[in-house]
Amino acid sequence: MIRIEKLHKSYPIGKDSLHVLKGIDLHIKEGEFVSIMGSSGSGKSTLLNIVGLLDEHDEGDYFLNGQLIKNLNEKKAAILRNKFLGFVFQSFNLISYKTALENVALPLYYKGINRKDRLKIALEYLDKVGLKAWANHLPNELSGGQKQRVAIARALVTKPKVVLADEPTGALDSTTTDSVMDLLKDINDEGMTVFVITHEEEVAEQTKRIVRLKDGIIISDELTKPAKAV
Amino acid sequence: MFDLDRWREIFQSISKNKLRSALSGFTVAFAILLFTLLFGIGNGLQNTFKNEFAKDAMNSIYIWSNYTTKAYKGNQIGRRIQFKNDDFTFLKENFGDKIQTISPRIQRSEDVVYKDEKDRYTVRGVYPEYYVLESAKVTEGRFLNYRDINEKAKVVVIGRMVEKDLFGQLSAFGKQIKMGGIIYKVIGVFSDPGGDSDERFIYTPFSTMQRLYGNNDYLDEFGITYNPNLSIDAAIAFGVKMQRALKKKHNVSPNDQRGIGLNNYASGNKEVSGMMFGLSILILIIGFGTLIAGIVGISNIMVYIVKERTKELGIRKAVGATPKAIVAMIMQEAMFITAISGYVGLLIGVGILEIAGPSLEKFFILNPGVSQPVVIGATIILILAGMIAGYLPAKKAARIKPVVALNAD
Repeated sequence: MIRIEKLHKSYPIGKDSLHVLKGIDLHIKEGEFVSIMGSSGSGKSTLLNIVGLLDEHDEGDYFLNGQLIKNLNEKKAAILRNKFLGFVFQSFNLISYKTALENVALPLYYKGINRKDRLKIALEYLDKVGLKAWANHLPNELSGGQKQRVAIARALVTKPKVVLADEPTGALDSTTTDSVMDLLKDINDEGMTVFVITHEEEVAEQTKRIVRLKDGIIISDELTKPAKAV
Repeated sequence: MFDLDRWREIFQSISKNKLRSALSGFTVAFAILLFTLLFGIGNGLQNTFKNEFAKDAMNSIYIWSNYTTKAYKGNQIGRRIQFKNDDFTFLKENFGDKIQTISPRIQRSEDVVYKDEKDRYTVRGVYPEYYVLESAKVTEGRFLNYRDINEKAKVVVIGRMVEKDLFGQLSAFGKQIKMGGIIYKVIGVFSDPGGDSDERFIYTPFSTMQRLYGNNDYLDEFGITYNPNLSIDAAIAFGVKMQRALKKKHNVSPNDQRGIGLNNYASGNKEVSGMMFGLSILILIIGFGTLIAGIVGISNIMVYIVKERTKELGIRKAVGATPKAIVAMIMQEAMFITAISGYVGLLIGVGILEIAGPSLEKFFILNPGVSQPVVIGATIILILAGMIAGYLPAKKAARIKPVVALNAD
């Protein structure tokens, strides 16, 4: 699903440049539940942005669903994102003036699906994350956990190949963290590839494979024990 | 292309972000309002000017004869020059191409009687064309025609004030009046923008008057309107040329200022049109100034709006919006707000002019108003400005990497 070979990325800082990713090799197969661990500055967010086509890499190869990602223009990137990827962000990134339902339906709008159908599909996904009753609420009327579940519904609504979650529990307390992680596990159980970025051990332990990143290189890559029943 | 979904997105974005929409709408509405008011007032000033000088046809030339003040070719000083019918033919034959209308004129002062009412008026024997020269307007009946001329009919067209003086509230049309002991029939009543004095004239066929007053081929004056296609300078030159030709024909010294007199409205027009031109330039500058102020305003607002929405745009990009979709959304929104608020500003402006207009007359502002095309043009310019102003920041926003946009606050 995702194949990364010798990936490099630098950011220019003034006259100097900061070498963030220093040759990453990573292969994620379909249906995997992977977490990227690392302290801040390890390059994990950069990696996710590149994998999510939100940013471009400098060197190396990146294959998404077998397709080489190179010199994408914005339009192509937008189409690929819409088709293959769903995003969950730490700060939820819901549009404040749209209701939960409209936020979930937004990716479908850009996919060109008509209003009636997309609201119907969006409602199904809200139901799936247990928020059908909250469909017509604005984000500021929802709790953090609810917002994140709306965001997850939004990430899933286009039936992507991969869900990319950037610190999905970073702004949540432990109870809601568990409910969000359970939701991600459920999604993974249905066959979706889930790619989580986190710095919390407890979160990483709930995934099936942990890749540890430090100073722009992978220091370990191992499978976790089968998740314990909670 | 009508895309209901996109309009829905835009309406939502507008209605859920009222302050932002109101700010940009206000800027545009205010610019158009100012534009309408200033332009309207400028037009009002111009109308006052026009009105002041439009009492007679703007392209009139009057030629009359007088006593000579210089001896010339054996003729003594103080000789009375008399125009005759052949001068009429002479002018028509030699200057026909530059003359729009020409009428000879005989003018007398006459006691006019209707029943018990009696007053003294200026009576003018003219051709039907004279109508054009005075910018008169027949309010009842008709003006003279060529049949009246040919038949030497004893008919008159009287001014509104004559009717008022002699007939009071009654209509003069079809009644008979007595002038110099002869009975004439009133075939028409006219009003004249020149005011009361111009409305105290009585017009009768030139031929009738020539027959009854002297029974010769003498005439007093010529009233001419020149071809309106002539430039003002050409018209002035044309008047000079006619005057010179007539002087030559009547053996008047070319340097004699009095023997044959000429009043060419073109000379006055030159000054007036100069002023009008200045005024138009001023109005134009004011108009463009307001528009530019409006454009700058809307541009600033657009930059602010796009900056404010950077994060939202980043989210949209992350969920699959193409840069084109982002740009189109922002521009369409800008265009919509500009168009609607421009129209509102226009309505308010026109309303104010309509209400305040009459009370502005004492400030030399007459019928202030703006013509439809000007306003539509201004609104289109503002809409275009809104689009351009929206386009640049939108383009920039669409190019921001989603990562950066998402991290914006």
